[in-house]
Amino acid sequence: MARHTLSVLVEDVPGVLTRVASLFARRAFNIHSLAVGTSELEGLSRITVVVDAEGDLLEQVTKQLNKLVNVIKIVELSADNSVQRDHLLVKVRSDAATRSQVVQAVELFRASVVDVSTDSVTIEATGAADKLAALLEVLEPFGIRELVRSGTIAVGRGGKSMTDRALARN
Amino acid sequence: MSNGSRITPAVMTSHASREPRDRNEPAGESLVPGPNRAVEPVTMTGSQAIVRSLEELGVTDIFGLPGGAILPTYDPLMDSRTIRHVLVRHEQGAGHAAQGYYLATGRPGVAIATSGPGATNLVTAIADAHMDSEACVFITGQVASAAIGSDAFQEADIVGITMPITKHSRLVTDAQDIPQALAEAFHIATTGRPGPVLVDVAKDAQQAQMEFSWPPRIELPGYRPVIRGHSKQVREAARLIQQAERPVLYVGGGVSRGHASAELRELAELTGAPVVTTLTARGVFPDSHHQHLGMPGMHGSVAAVSALQMSDLLITLGARFDDRVTGQLSSFAPKARVIHADIDPAEISKNRPADVPIVGSVKEIIPELTGAVRDAHAESGAPDLGEWWTVLDRLRETYPMGYAPTEDGLMSPQKVIERLDAHSGPEAVYVAGVGQHQMWASQFVKYERPHQWLNSAGLGTMGFAVPAAMGAKVGDPDRVVWAIDGDGCFQMTNQELATCLINNIPIKVAVINNSSLGMVRQWQTLFYESRYSNTDLNTGHDTIRVPDFVKLAEAYGCLGLRCEKEEDLDATIEQALAVNDRPVVVDFVVSRDSMVWPMVPAGVSNDEIQVARDMTPDWDEED
Repeated sequence: MARHTLSVLVEDVPGVLTRVASLFARRAFNIHSLAVGTSELEGLSRITVVVDAEGDLLEQVTKQLNKLVNVIKIVELSADNSVQRDHLLVKVRSDAATRSQVVQAVELFRASVVDVSTDSVTIEATGAADKLAALLEVLEPFGIRELVRSGTIAVGRGGKSMTDRALARN
Repeated sequence: MSNGSRITPAVMTSHASREPRDRNEPAGESLVPGPNRAVEPVTMTGSQAIVRSLEELGVTDIFGLPGGAILPTYDPLMDSRTIRHVLVRHEQGAGHAAQGYYLATGRPGVAIATSGPGATNLVTAIADAHMDSEACVFITGQVASAAIGSDAFQEADIVGITMPITKHSRLVTDAQDIPQALAEAFHIATTGRPGPVLVDVAKDAQQAQMEFSWPPRIELPGYRPVIRGHSKQVREAARLIQQAERPVLYVGGGVSRGHASAELRELAELTGAPVVTTLTARGVFPDSHHQHLGMPGMHGSVAAVSALQMSDLLITLGARFDDRVTGQLSSFAPKARVIHADIDPAEISKNRPADVPIVGSVKEIIPELTGAVRDAHAESGAPDLGEWWTVLDRLRETYPMGYAPTEDGLMSPQKVIERLDAHSGPEAVYVAGVGQHQMWASQFVKYERPHQWLNSAGLGTMGFAVPAAMGAKVGDPDRVVWAIDGDGCFQMTNQELATCLINNIPIKVAVINNSSLGMVRQWQTLFYESRYSNTDLNTGHDTIRVPDFVKLAEAYGCLGLRCEKEEDLDATIEQALAVNDRPVVVDFVVSRDSMVWPMVPAGVSNDEIQVARDMTPDWDEED
């Protein structure tokens, strides 16, 4: 199954995330990641959802999402035409003996160390999913104690905004 | 009005709902439904605002049952001079009554209940209205906002529970939001693809003071139903119609909901194409019309089912390729291209890919399509469908809708329904429950007008008939309303006979009593080696007959009649039709072995349709 990234503009009202998520759940879609936050417009939130789905089924779910009264607009962002980023925090087992190797890996990936203790280093990294996967692979041998990810956020390339026409009446 | 005293017919006559209204009232400039009177700001409570908003929205009838969390609203409701509240005996009855009211009149149905169990008792009706696209507004009380989420007494997250089965739902915790919430609810319920909307109002919002003014602003940036079809697509559809040798108009409930019967007839007569009407569309095209082949699907007519199978073009209007119509999807209408017109874009290509999708209201699309077909005819003449009709006519003549006499010699249920129709005619309203009696009612009543036939199609809710008939009778009191019910269904919701009697809603109930959960029994006969696991209800011949439906009717103050022989049918039905001052229940005790034919067994191709057990038509002669 192919992976798809959807950007969903919604009204910021109670229950909207449940409505969106439950539509995916009903069709047994695997939500790979989901990120929610404010948008540039007051009262509107933007949900970025990454799902594994076949084309026809995805189209059907997109149409169902569009039927939700609180959903204003949905666009699918392809890898070619959008910037897609993940944000992660990872706590790696590391003492004085291994710390310099960990820090070296962090620098190679242009990540940063945000917390250090006697037996651990916490790293913050931002990037496309494949870059973060590579970073984690390098860190794996040291021992990953905790990992937390934001879920992918994405925006289309170029000057256009998905809210440009979404709110114009008819 | 439901304070225990009988409402006299005189009161009903003067009631606002009886004034004739145009079903297709133009929406005008405002998105707010109703007469749109302006109301200057005035201070009132939230509960008064609920009642006032309903009045301003033009609501004249609501069905409900009070309880703690909705009590504040029931107080001002008592003073409303334009809203008649019908006190039901179970909230599910209120929900189905609201559905029946909508189906019979085209005006939104309204049901009201308290929090917790009151609200959850509405759930079946909400799901039913959702499946069959019915404009209903459900108003529920909720515990005070400070208590929400604390497992308070009679608290249930009804907005959460109903999310997948409503078109929209909303919790109101601020009294000031009430007029807008209700106006939006009615707007959403009645526009686009109709559907149920739930408004859950916290008790403190009902009690708080607010400034009421009318009309409120409708702010729904994410809700813009498409009404007009794309003209290029319409022309493309006309082009396919012009080329087709075996077109079929596959007509669904959308044509009923969209009140587009007259438009459909014009298109059908212009194209000369055969018409099939699905279970939710029965009546939108007259059964007596020579182009009508009947109902398609699992228990459809052989002509309708095979017309679709042999077709080279489905002109699909407000239908959704439901599995009961298509049978095994991969072998459904294998040679047909598909024009699919529907107001809901999510229906297009959901089950069957459309070659020409047209999103919009059938009320708008059908006349445009008619115009485009007329242009095509002017250019290159009308296609000759003579060969197609030769095939179809032969099918129709060879396999008419019929039934064999019962083997046990007892009264046949199909005969009962035929006689009911013969005596009551197309001006009556027929409401069915779910099961064998429903299928027979769809097959053996002749439907001649839209809104003549109401039933629970998509969800298949047993117990729909009595409360829905009650709602239909309230909405359209001059018509004879028959609930054609089964003995199983009737036992689920017959408590609303009390509501009917006390509120002078004289419906008629025909219990097609085969002493069993008949449709399930039919499947047990056919697919489970006649092992009748838990389908005997003991209400008919050679049983202890519990309950006695005649005594039950009498206990509710209704006229109870029983008919067990075909020779008594006509007299019994005449007797039932003669009594109009109270509800009538007729216990038609029939043979339990009658089965619904034709039948396409579940999960197989429609080509496997059986006209009787193990009898499949020979297709070769038609091809």
